[in-house]
Amino acid sequence: MRSRRWWQLWLVVPALLAVGTPVQAHLMNTGFGPFYDGLTHPFVTPEDLLPVVAVTLLAGLRGAQCGRWVLFVLPWAWLSGMMVGLVIIPPGSASWLTCGLTIALGALVAADQKLPLPMVVGLAMVLGLAHGWMNSAGLAQAQSGALSMVGIISALFGIVALLAGPVVALHAAWARVVVRVAGSWITAIGLLMLGWTVRAANG
Amino acid sequence: MTPSWQHRLHPCVHPIWTLAWMVMVAWPLTALAHTKGGEALGFSSGVQHPMSGLDHVLAMIAVGVWGAQLGAPAVWLLPVTFPMVMAFGGMLALLGVPLPGIEIGIAVSALALGCMVCREARPPLWMATALVGFFAIFHGHAHGTELPAGANGLLYSVGFVLGTGGLHAVGIAIGLLHRWRAGQLALRVAGATVAVAGGVFLWRAVL
Repeated sequence: MRSRRWWQLWLVVPALLAVGTPVQAHLMNTGFGPFYDGLTHPFVTPEDLLPVVAVTLLAGLRGAQCGRWVLFVLPWAWLSGMMVGLVIIPPGSASWLTCGLTIALGALVAADQKLPLPMVVGLAMVLGLAHGWMNSAGLAQAQSGALSMVGIISALFGIVALLAGPVVALHAAWARVVVRVAGSWITAIGLLMLGWTVRAANG
Repeated sequence: MTPSWQHRLHPCVHPIWTLAWMVMVAWPLTALAHTKGGEALGFSSGVQHPMSGLDHVLAMIAVGVWGAQLGAPAVWLLPVTFPMVMAFGGMLALLGVPLPGIEIGIAVSALALGCMVCREARPPLWMATALVGFFAIFHGHAHGTELPAGANGLLYSVGFVLGTGGLHAVGIAIGLLHRWRAGQLALRVAGATVAVAGGVFLWRAVL
């Protein structure tokens, strides 16, 4: 009996998936919503995502207390940066800062540097303030407000929680090596970003 | 003892298979409408670029195999060093800093790394790291010079580093054969093959 039900599921699920639904291209104009715009922003903006991942891995490697601090400090600092940006408009792109933070944070993860808690929290704060401030320029252009900000910091909270937690729980030496390898890759990407930035600046 | 509910199902309709089928059906294909600024091109071409030349592929896999032969900590230190220094070489190319003899350097890297794998050479760790890092600059510079116009730089870089890391991982996986005596012999033969290929690349580069 149960077997028949699974067979039915086997046939019905693809049929349901194949049913055509109206395609909503250009969702920005059709009500996808500023909250969801904000929620998806870090995932479609690698220059924001990479340093966030790096500082999260760094916090996770340093332990649960560090992870908890970064979990709250990073979104708070990001929000503060965005609010500052509403008053003091950021001067265009600050790719140099993004590259520098990405390279430095990735290298700290790769080296498994045993930084004290205040320093890791300080780095998270600097990252949040700087990138939040830069994000505010995009928010002003898109004319999206508080809901976008809430979406962005919700996404950041989720990223830190979902990534730092498992890293804190890693005890096997090889698993920590995997995290360090990820840090080295982030640094490598940051170096190439720097090259691209200089190339773009030189025309 | 009552059999669990999975055991009463036909093997073909195991929930895992059903889930896999659902994922496969729902898996989106690449949508190319309104690709903003060439992002898809940037990432995909970045992943493919390290695999675009046999000389690059052989050298990067050889790094992973050599690391596996040397064991910890070289097994992870060499594949960490290579992408970082390679990215530095790529950055130099993007900055417009010239590097002479790139093709010769790449060919020599395949030759030298193949010899290391073939001989199961065990130099001091710093020397192995320095050797790998030295050759990585040539590979990175070559990739940086050949970057496609119009590609999204950041996504290209992400794909490029992931592609390189993937090749190292393949090398490490192959290097696991080192646990068995026959595997050790096979790896040495593979190393000799890479060295011969490197010799051919060097011959072409010089001529």
